Amino acid sequence: MTSFREIAINGLWKNNPGLVQLLGLCPLLGVSNSVVNALGMGLATAIVLAASNATVALIRTQVSDAVRLPVFVMIIAALTTCIELLMQAFTYELYQILGIFIPLITTNCIILGRAEAFAAKNTVAAASFDGLMMGTGFGLVLLAIGAVRELLGTGALFANMQLLFGPIATHWQVTVFHNYPGFLLAILPPGAFLVLGLLIALKNRIDEIVAARAKAAEPAALPAQSRRVRVTGVIE
Amino acid sequence: MALPEISRSMLKNSLVLGLFAIVTVGLVAITQLGTAERIADSERAAKNRALSELLPAGSYDNHPQDDVHLVHDPLLGSKGNSPVYLASLDGKATAVILQVTAPDGYSGSIQLLVGVLADGTLSGVRAIHHRETPGLGDKIDLAKSPWVLTFAGKSLQNLAAESWAVKKDGGAFDQFAGATITPRAVVKAVHQALQYFDAHRAELLKPVEKPHD
Repeated sequence: MTSFREIAINGLWKNNPGLVQLLGLCPLLGVSNSVVNALGMGLATAIVLAASNATVALIRTQVSDAVRLPVFVMIIAALTTCIELLMQAFTYELYQILGIFIPLITTNCIILGRAEAFAAKNTVAAASFDGLMMGTGFGLVLLAIGAVRELLGTGALFANMQLLFGPIATHWQVTVFHNYPGFLLAILPPGAFLVLGLLIALKNRIDEIVAARAKAAEPAALPAQSRRVRVTGVIE
Repeated sequence: MALPEISRSMLKNSLVLGLFAIVTVGLVAITQLGTAERIADSERAAKNRALSELLPAGSYDNHPQDDVHLVHDPLLGSKGNSPVYLASLDGKATAVILQVTAPDGYSGSIQLLVGVLADGTLSGVRAIHHRETPGLGDKIDLAKSPWVLTFAGKSLQNLAAESWAVKKDGGAFDQFAGATITPRAVVKAVHQALQYFDAHRAELLKPVEKPHD
């Protein structure tokens, strides 16, 4: 039984789906060109992830291994479709911008990955919390990339927030650099890769510093750990 | 004899799978029923906003998105049917809004709404769907640049055929720095829409027959 504190640390930092597991790169790079897009996508993913984890944990003892995957996929697809319909009904313009990326939440590896790796072996409460934390971790990375790209690309932040929060957010835009000529690379897809790479480097650097400090405090031998190819850390 | 046991587990698995299919489809169906009306409202409102932006205030008293008929013509750029919205005041047609496609954008086709007043003058143009390069070609979007506003007031009468081109090609319309293909495609599509309007003016301005009046 994993403690809730550990689940939170795992999802938000140590095993962050965006920075460490490098899962869900398609939406991560595709819709992270502004804060409002990133926030909308992050929320939708986190909701689907928490709900699918909870459902999978709820039925984990009823479903045999043979049909486990198809059942998980059905649950995830149904939840995503519901979210898509709700977004269409309540945030129509944002839905039009995020477009194809909403149905693609179904194929986001984070969701099936967490269903398989965590929810299928844990209680409903732990699984929902894990979904929420993993979703938040993913959303925060999206948000960080979105903010950096919007700021570098357009010189402003929080443009078009009314798409998500209604008319009250019309004037939330903050122009940081006036008469900014725009920096196209940041808005185009290569900019997403560059910003993601820099964020991963930053995280690894912070981890290194923390590890070095811990080592200085008490020297201990690290156990051998298995590594997967497409990760920047250790999968647990 | 292991067969009965295999059959039993197959039966159980199929039933479980079927049960989940029913439950998940049911969940989607309920959500769909619950949101259908609101989605339709949102779509109508968005369409309404887009159309009303192209019509001078007070020039119509109908609901143009309801007075629509479908036309088909190569000049409109679409292989299928294109909707034409009719605006009228006191039952008299004042303008039409043509939905046209510029098939030769930089990345795929560009969907435009072209508003034409009854006398053949452009009331406005809006790009409603495109995938042009952000920062370059997407200046056809009013959210990014006021460029599309330059179309308002132009007509086949006050602008000669050879001027319906970007300045680089000797025409009257600005191109964007680093993007000529996109404005070129839009100018051509708008020009063709006006030619279409000119050729079919009488039938376009006819009141739309409503089948269930």
